[in-house]
Amino acid sequence: MESRSTNISIFQHIDWFTVLIYIVLVVAGVFSIYAASYDFDHANLLDAGEFSGKQIRWIGLAFALGIVLLLFDARVYETYAFPIYILLLIVMLITIFVAPDIKGSRSWLVFGPLRFQPAEFGKFATALALAKLFSGYNFKLNASPKNYYRALAIIFIPILLILAQRETGSALAYLALFFVLYREGMSGLVLLAALCAVSFFVIAVKFTDTIFMGIPLGEAMVFMFIMAIMVFMLLLYCKQIEAARNVAIWYLGSGLVVWILDLCNIHLNGTIYFISVIITACLYCSLLALKSKAKKLMITVGASVASVLFLFSVNYAFTSVLQPHQQQRIRVTLGIEEDLLGAGYNVNQSKIAIGSGGLSGKGFLNGTQTKLKYVPEQHTDFIYCTIGEEQGFIGATLVLVAFLTLILRVLHIAERQPSIFGRVYGYCVASYLIFHLAINIGMVIGLCPVIGIPLPFFSYGGSSLWSFTFLLFILLRIDASRREHPSYN
Amino acid sequence: MRKDYNLEKRKYVIGGFIIVIVAIYVLRLFNLQVLDSRYKDDADSNAFLRKAIYPSRGVIYDRNGKVVVYNRQAYDIMMIPRDVQEFDTVDFCRTLNISPERLKQRITDMKDRRLNPGYSSYSPQILLTHLNDEDYGRIQEKLYRFPGLYIQKRILREYNYHCAANVLGNIREVSPTDIEKDPYYSRGDYTGDLGVEKSYEKYLRGEKGMEILIRDARGQIQGRYENGAHDKKAISGRNLKLSIDIELQQYAEQLMQNKIGAVVAIEPETGEILALVTAPSYDPALLVGRDRGKNYSELRNNPRKPLLDRSIQGAYPPGSTFKPSQGLILLQEGIITLGTSYPCYRGYINSGLKVGCHPHGSPIALKPAIQTSCNAFFCWGLKAMLDRRSKYGSTAEAFEIWKNYLVKLGYGYRLGIDIPSESRGFIPNAKFYNKIYGEDHWSANSIISVAIGQGEILATPLQIANLGATIANRGWYRTPHVVKEIEDTVLKSEYTTKHIPPISIAHFESVAEGMRMAVTGGTCRLANLKDIEVCGKTGTAQNPHGRDHSVFLGFAPYHNPKIAVCVYVENAGFGATYGVPIGSLIIEKYLNGDIADDRKHIEQRMLEANTIIYSGVKKH
Repeated sequence: MESRSTNISIFQHIDWFTVLIYIVLVVAGVFSIYAASYDFDHANLLDAGEFSGKQIRWIGLAFALGIVLLLFDARVYETYAFPIYILLLIVMLITIFVAPDIKGSRSWLVFGPLRFQPAEFGKFATALALAKLFSGYNFKLNASPKNYYRALAIIFIPILLILAQRETGSALAYLALFFVLYREGMSGLVLLAALCAVSFFVIAVKFTDTIFMGIPLGEAMVFMFIMAIMVFMLLLYCKQIEAARNVAIWYLGSGLVVWILDLCNIHLNGTIYFISVIITACLYCSLLALKSKAKKLMITVGASVASVLFLFSVNYAFTSVLQPHQQQRIRVTLGIEEDLLGAGYNVNQSKIAIGSGGLSGKGFLNGTQTKLKYVPEQHTDFIYCTIGEEQGFIGATLVLVAFLTLILRVLHIAERQPSIFGRVYGYCVASYLIFHLAINIGMVIGLCPVIGIPLPFFSYGGSSLWSFTFLLFILLRIDASRREHPSYN
Repeated sequence: MRKDYNLEKRKYVIGGFIIVIVAIYVLRLFNLQVLDSRYKDDADSNAFLRKAIYPSRGVIYDRNGKVVVYNRQAYDIMMIPRDVQEFDTVDFCRTLNISPERLKQRITDMKDRRLNPGYSSYSPQILLTHLNDEDYGRIQEKLYRFPGLYIQKRILREYNYHCAANVLGNIREVSPTDIEKDPYYSRGDYTGDLGVEKSYEKYLRGEKGMEILIRDARGQIQGRYENGAHDKKAISGRNLKLSIDIELQQYAEQLMQNKIGAVVAIEPETGEILALVTAPSYDPALLVGRDRGKNYSELRNNPRKPLLDRSIQGAYPPGSTFKPSQGLILLQEGIITLGTSYPCYRGYINSGLKVGCHPHGSPIALKPAIQTSCNAFFCWGLKAMLDRRSKYGSTAEAFEIWKNYLVKLGYGYRLGIDIPSESRGFIPNAKFYNKIYGEDHWSANSIISVAIGQGEILATPLQIANLGATIANRGWYRTPHVVKEIEDTVLKSEYTTKHIPPISIAHFESVAEGMRMAVTGGTCRLANLKDIEVCGKTGTAQNPHGRDHSVFLGFAPYHNPKIAVCVYVENAGFGATYGVPIGSLIIEKYLNGDIADDRKHIEQRMLEANTIIYSGVKKH
């Protein structure tokens, strides 16, 4: 009874601002797809045979679905979160076995003329499941390691299934949910460690040409970072000023000695030097920890040891675990290698297309690079090129600003939810958007490796569009009824 | 459940994270799109294929409107390396009848940036040049099998008359230095080399056009950029009308076959050159087409130096053809009058110096001196001038005056003919002799041989002929030139203005009369045609290299002259033996159109004569 009356008033409580940005992005998307696939012979935006025409049908259906989603009671999503999640997991599992091989991945289910990608729909299902987990009675992430296991299981099961479909890009998108864990209490050190790992990796891989003290410069730089982080952790995290001073003196003093020896033509091997000074410092800190039983000191030592081990494994991982084409993509992205006809072709052509746009662009349908198909996948993953070329810096920036506005709005909506379910779900939506925006545009402008994920609302394809429509409209539905369902927690 | 406000702050971390990312991306976009212009150029070379359209080169006509040089299509195979995919090289080589090694070598050369500085894999490069029609036909059918290759039409030259190579010049592929000097050219273009092809290059070449085509990522042409709105039409080169009478030229070249030397014929009224012959010569068609390189090096290594244009580059002692100029100077300076006579006892004999002469009456005045080519008269005349201190102050000053007259008559400097590499000849000045003998340590006798066109004096056959034209005009000349008209353009004023040496018409009249007498009863009797009053002067030029050169300077008719001629035959002996007959035949041919029957035997003898055999032979 109560839910019926909310159905009638639901449209008064919808966050129309979000709907407006959604419509703006989707409409801009259609025009971009039309521009990207525009042929000199064809010229009909609505032509059903063209990508833009098809996309318009997908959008129409997406709107209809959005309205349907709004008509459900908000509690339906919470109630059926796990069943939906499990259903999607089953579909993804089946997909591995029945999907045909399309461009090297088995992630598409084909029904006659229609194709859709379960991995995309897994996004909202996983978000619902994660939100449901956190909204459980008295659930606190940090209360028990078991809670972590459950949360990680919800995230990693779909990741594994999607990896099995050989659709790495989509799988990586689920990692964005770590933002949600952070918001719900996971230590910031985890994100910091991830950040360190990424920067260590980049430095170690990028600076391999120059040799410093008998080892690649990149490795030496990482060692120095590890040493610096240790000093700062002692100072700021452990508040052990004396220890920080001693370790700093030890590092700098030994470095000075090595330098003087080097001037006298006595060359020490870098690896031996760095390892020995770091181990000595670690032993010193461990002794201090025994005396004062400071847990933070041990964490500091652990971080240093883990960093050194990570550095050693980077080389192994890069050369032995990664496939040659993946190594190449990474090298091209880091600017170590220039391979304009191979792996770097996409990115180079995409940079040419965007770069040639100038301040105000060449004008709608006047882009030469995209029209002449210099940029591969330009109506899907590389759709942002078309905007960059035809709308210039102004248009490209406006699109970025629109996305930023949407993300900040979603964060705002998430935070204003009285229920944990609503909040966690909202953060899931924001996290997916952040990841897709950062990786897709980063890849198109040559700042990230080429990971094949679409730009939400812009890239051609029903699955991606519907997936983000689901995510957004379910959030809007939950948000619309937040006042009528005061927190029951 | 109580809200955890500590955790709520983390929304700022996440929000801040995405704000920072977007800010970085905006900066990156700004750098890519606004600051860095490299990508715009890349985009252009990606999408636009600029294809040159070659204009047809100007056609060259002779003075009577006969086509001398015209165009022929040739075909180059161009290659856009970026668009080339694997193709059947065996089929390709067999179609064009070339070896796979040659093809490989061509591609290696093409990519070598030292040989081909303009190499870019995006722009058209030349793979093979000068395909003939047959090869073109065969490859055209198969071209679709070789993506990235296309045919570029080019213009080559074809010659109707295989003569006048020195006047016409030829065309060659531009060198890297040409491209550096003139950005109009790009690799594979042609430019004029030698002759009018070089000096009138800017008129003949026209202006290249440009077709801008749109090319997609697979290298396929999608159409014209904005329907050709930015295309540029090629502008055809301008046609030239030479002043050369191509048949006279051909005839003169025939007369000069098996001889070394030059013939210059000028229309005195206009300064237009009717024939400009150097011997030995070559067929201009040798320097066009695929064998150009081979032929060129053969010509360059030929000991007879056919590439040297002796008519404008050969600096010879003018010998007795110099004497009319001496008569003019002496009269104008008042050193002599028509009545002044000098003695000649088989030569000029003065203070132990003797310049020999042949037997004739003595003493002798100017006109008969020209008639009989008396050496002594002109030696005495020059001595009188250089010794006249009352008028000039010193020998050196008198000599400067003398020299200035010669310069005004066109000697000593380039006349400025409109083809390249003209030589200036040599007329010494007082400084020159001061250096040799010391200041005031030389006198008329030291340098007396300049009076008869020997000694240090050097002149080109063109300068000698120009003196003939000046006398024919009785006192002025126009700079000799080989191009009469340029289509849609007026000739440069330097070819239409009169040059007037400061010598009175009356003196020219006297010298002309002397030259007429030389024909009627002097050294040039062989030129005494029945119906044409020819005036002439022989020359027998001594030279350090061997036998005397045989020279003739003449013009006709005596009144209202239509042609002035200089003939210079190296090592052929007396002026009367070769110079006069050849000169008179050219005059007769030009004015009458044919050679009189009673002179056919002279023509025959000249055509058959071989004086090359005397070249390099020491005088006995």
